[in-house]
Amino acid sequence: MFYREAGDFSTTYAEDQQTFPIKFDRYRYYVVLFIAIFVVPFVINDYWVNSLLLPFLIYAIAAIGLNILVGYCGQVSLGTGGFMAVGAYACYKFMTGVDIWWGGELLFQLPEFNIVFSVIMGGVMTALVGVLFGLPSLRIKGFYLAVATLAAQFFLVWLFNRVSWFYNYSASGQINAPERDIFGVLITGPSTQPWATYLFCLFFTIVCAVVARNLTRGSTGRKWMAIRDMDIAAEIIGVNPLRAKLTAFAVSSFFIGISGALFFSVYLGAVEVGEAFGIQKSFLVLFMIIIGGLGSIFGSFAGAAFLVLLPVLLKVVGVDWLGWPTDIVAHLQLVIVGLLIIVFLIAEPHGIAQLWRVAKEKLRLWPFPH
Amino acid sequence: MPEQLAFTIEVFLNGLMAGVLYALVALGFVLIYKASGIFNYAQGVMALFAAMTLVGIQNGQVPFSHLINAIFGTDVHKFGWSVHSFLAIILTVFVMILLAWAVQRFVFRHLVGQEPIILFMATIGLAYFLEGVADLMWGSELKALNVCAADGVCLPQGLNLWIDETTFNTFGYGFFIDNLDIVASIVAAVLVIGLVMFAQYTKQGRAMRAVADDHQAALSVGVSLNFIWILVWSLAGFVALVAGIMWGAKSGVQFSLSLIALKALPVLMLGGFTSIPGAIVGGLIIGVGEKLFEFLIGAPYLGGATENWFAYMLALLFLVFRPQGLFGERIIERV
Repeated sequence: MFYREAGDFSTTYAEDQQTFPIKFDRYRYYVVLFIAIFVVPFVINDYWVNSLLLPFLIYAIAAIGLNILVGYCGQVSLGTGGFMAVGAYACYKFMTGVDIWWGGELLFQLPEFNIVFSVIMGGVMTALVGVLFGLPSLRIKGFYLAVATLAAQFFLVWLFNRVSWFYNYSASGQINAPERDIFGVLITGPSTQPWATYLFCLFFTIVCAVVARNLTRGSTGRKWMAIRDMDIAAEIIGVNPLRAKLTAFAVSSFFIGISGALFFSVYLGAVEVGEAFGIQKSFLVLFMIIIGGLGSIFGSFAGAAFLVLLPVLLKVVGVDWLGWPTDIVAHLQLVIVGLLIIVFLIAEPHGIAQLWRVAKEKLRLWPFPH
Repeated sequence: MPEQLAFTIEVFLNGLMAGVLYALVALGFVLIYKASGIFNYAQGVMALFAAMTLVGIQNGQVPFSHLINAIFGTDVHKFGWSVHSFLAIILTVFVMILLAWAVQRFVFRHLVGQEPIILFMATIGLAYFLEGVADLMWGSELKALNVCAADGVCLPQGLNLWIDETTFNTFGYGFFIDNLDIVASIVAAVLVIGLVMFAQYTKQGRAMRAVADDHQAALSVGVSLNFIWILVWSLAGFVALVAGIMWGAKSGVQFSLSLIALKALPVLMLGGFTSIPGAIVGGLIIGVGEKLFEFLIGAPYLGGATENWFAYMLALLFLVFRPQGLFGERIIERV
């Protein structure tokens, strides 16, 4: 009934290989995009943007990035927070003009980058750092690797805390996003419009999602998945594990860096590295992809939406309706998130994405069960 | 003896003591990993939970009093009695056994046969859950932990005067060694010997090793997997309790206690996930290494606080050359 395939024929190879082969799926996707781009910006206010939409979009990028590494390539990483910090600090340095010093003298200073390029450079820098920390993955596997990525997490946070060059020698040790604009529209800084920041993040989210989707559909993605499923076998059939793993680390870190840059510059505006990019952030993003579904782009969105909405929902129900103290609600939130992780792992290891897939399958067959 | 050398030796000794405490946490990991292949991230939170339960029972706190007060608008806080330390420890052990049963019954029984990484993530979920429950149950404020056998006979704290005086008389420089660290080292040594004896000489211990070696073979000769897993989780809970008491007495019972798990991870990487001696040697290496590094290189040249990451970096570098850790079983893969 819904998801009707009857009469939906593809006559060319290009049509056969498109992302959404079912017509209904495709139109639904266009409608979602249309609403997100042309309707939402006109109806949102500060609260919606800052407490729901921006975190959702930004975490979705981070979740896509981590999902590429964990879900598609099978390399578990707990260093997401550290990589997001790299993105944030690189973005900050490029926003304010990278200065290179040698022996107490300013060798040269790059001009200040536009915010778009600063964010992209944040991603690029993170990709480099990610590859560096991905190198051990060639020798180490499984848990050992998961724990090894914690080295990245702690080292990077320490580095940004200690080396004052990264925060431009500011007294507080914080980085503050200066006011930057695109075509005269402010994107960062304290006096931005909600729609502008929303559209800016939405742009990056859409681009990242499309790129990730197509990467994972192509030969690169298949190589990652071969490595994930059985790396030795993959090596035998001709996948180069070095290239596959390092590209996964690079692409994943690139996305995570972009999300870190956006998180700092557009969403928070001012960041203290230990607080914003601590180990909790790594776990949060990991939870998003577990709950959303490993190895699924839609799952990254679903997981991000879920874990962004949950605290807001709990706060509304617990604090505003029931009048409980905030600390109890915060603790309850820990309990609920922990329980959800366990329940999801037991009942549906493939996450919300799998529920969605099942629902879609049922809808395609409805009203006949077979 | 030159002062610098004396300092270094003192740092070395303190590193050894810290290493013992790391090893104590790492032991709990190794126990569970060996017997069930689960990498238990929740070990640190279990230590926190155990220590909080111990303090709560000692002070006669009403469990979940905050939650009860919030829901029913009542004002209950304490039963009005205090429990002797020994009794409180025994009760806490019972709570940890109950927890082990619950974890086995409600979580891991349903996850048998899943990939190790799924099990690992389940323990992260468990860590969150336990932390939330512990906070709801006993309140999240900083609590002092006093374990006393009788009035005035408590876990010792502070500078050991005897060592201070003796070393001052011999070397002309008094070493600062914390009494609690010495006690912790002794307790850890006793615990390790006890665990090894248990594993080697008792029926349950043998069954435990059999399960660690091969689940299916153990099952086929009549070992109850369920029982062994509960036993192992209980043992890990007990180790967590000991670690929680030591760390709690040292720095108070609070959230940061659960972060000692993060300290134990590089210890495990270095020593190998499957080896009890590995956990101990790894703990000592990490403890000494990070204290010496901080003292000799970190503080003077790198701006300090290198303890956060040095252990991980050391373990990471080490793993590149020996991926299974110092004492770990060689990883053999076949297609």
